[in-house]
Amino acid sequence: MKPLELLRRLGAFVTDRLWRLGFASRFLLMTVLYSGTALRRLHLTIREIYFSGVLSLIIILVSGLFVGMVLGLQGYDTLQRYGSSEALGVLVALSLVRELGPVVAALLFASRAGSAITAEIGLMKATEQLSAMEMMAVNPIARVVAPRFWAGVVSMPLLAALFSAMGIFGGYLVGVQLIGVDAGSFWSQMQAAVDFRQDILNGVIKSVVFGAIISWIAVFEGYDCEPTAEGVSGATTRTVVTSSLAILAADFVLTAFMFRGE
Amino acid sequence: MNRATIDLWVGIFVALGLGALLFLALKAGNLTATDVGETYALQARFDNIGGLKVRAPVKSAGVVVGRVGEIRFDTETYTALVGLNIDKRYQFPRDTFATINTSGLLGEQYVGFEPGGDSEMLKPGEMVKKTQSAMVLEKLISQFMFNKAQEDEGNNKK
Repeated sequence: MKPLELLRRLGAFVTDRLWRLGFASRFLLMTVLYSGTALRRLHLTIREIYFSGVLSLIIILVSGLFVGMVLGLQGYDTLQRYGSSEALGVLVALSLVRELGPVVAALLFASRAGSAITAEIGLMKATEQLSAMEMMAVNPIARVVAPRFWAGVVSMPLLAALFSAMGIFGGYLVGVQLIGVDAGSFWSQMQAAVDFRQDILNGVIKSVVFGAIISWIAVFEGYDCEPTAEGVSGATTRTVVTSSLAILAADFVLTAFMFRGE
Repeated sequence: MNRATIDLWVGIFVALGLGALLFLALKAGNLTATDVGETYALQARFDNIGGLKVRAPVKSAGVVVGRVGEIRFDTETYTALVGLNIDKRYQFPRDTFATINTSGLLGEQYVGFEPGGDSEMLKPGEMVKKTQSAMVLEKLISQFMFNKAQEDEGNNKK
């Protein structure tokens, strides 16, 4: 390939990405502006909370339990070398509440609910349901997109809290029940070290932001996809890949803001 | 699935999520034990505060009697000025000794209060006169090495 052709393709790629980012931002603004319907007809949003939140419960709870159990095992293995296995509770709780809870729950949510939202909206587009709505003077962004977006924003912090709580229970099961760390020290050291505002609330803020990012990407990819079987499957894959990368990048930025200098 | 069943499941989901948050706040976090009640301010000057942080506990006889309010550097004396918020229920004699201790080998640092025998009590805003800085491991090791070297030198001279 000639260098000039390579440069032209690179330019086209960058322009295309920027155009998509601009369109996605305008789409998010429209979703927020048309959210009135989602709030007035609350059952639309509640139905979507059921599909994205309730149906993701099992994967979140089971993953949380196992992540907590692994943290308990690995944490004990490291801490007992320094004779401070009682600090296991602190290690498990801080890891979960600050980082793993919001991030892993968001990655699972993107794979389970985000991909489903994209596929659903993409199929609606492929079968011309969105066009039919427009024909009937029903705004598809208000009727289809906004309830799914807000359902993701509401579901995500609840799922992250459940993930963290289940993880702490998993850490307790392995550390206290299986290995024999003192239960009193496990809980008291945890309570002394985990701060409600600094750790728990910041974790909740993170998960709300992640919920908004995943829902935005999922509804946009679904709405913008090519209306063919191949287009829908490509959009579903893009949702998982883009939202996973966006979560990790946003996590770095949020962590830098929230916990700097500590 | 009809709307009532979906509403029920979403209700259970929201209740579970809020319950998990409550569990994290009360059982895992220190929401119930963070703040002492009404407080009065004291100040203490330390040569070295080590890893002491704002909101670290002030303990006397192992009981939390207050928290560190602020830490700043005094440019006139080149020492650390630590503001302490002490629970109004507890009064301490003027010759109270404030030390910076570490809970356990790897634990957090806190300010320890050892009350003296003075009949007068510390008043709000007053300075705690007697203080002992945090133990800095590097200093202790270098002191030990220095003493050891001096000891060996003395033995050789004999």
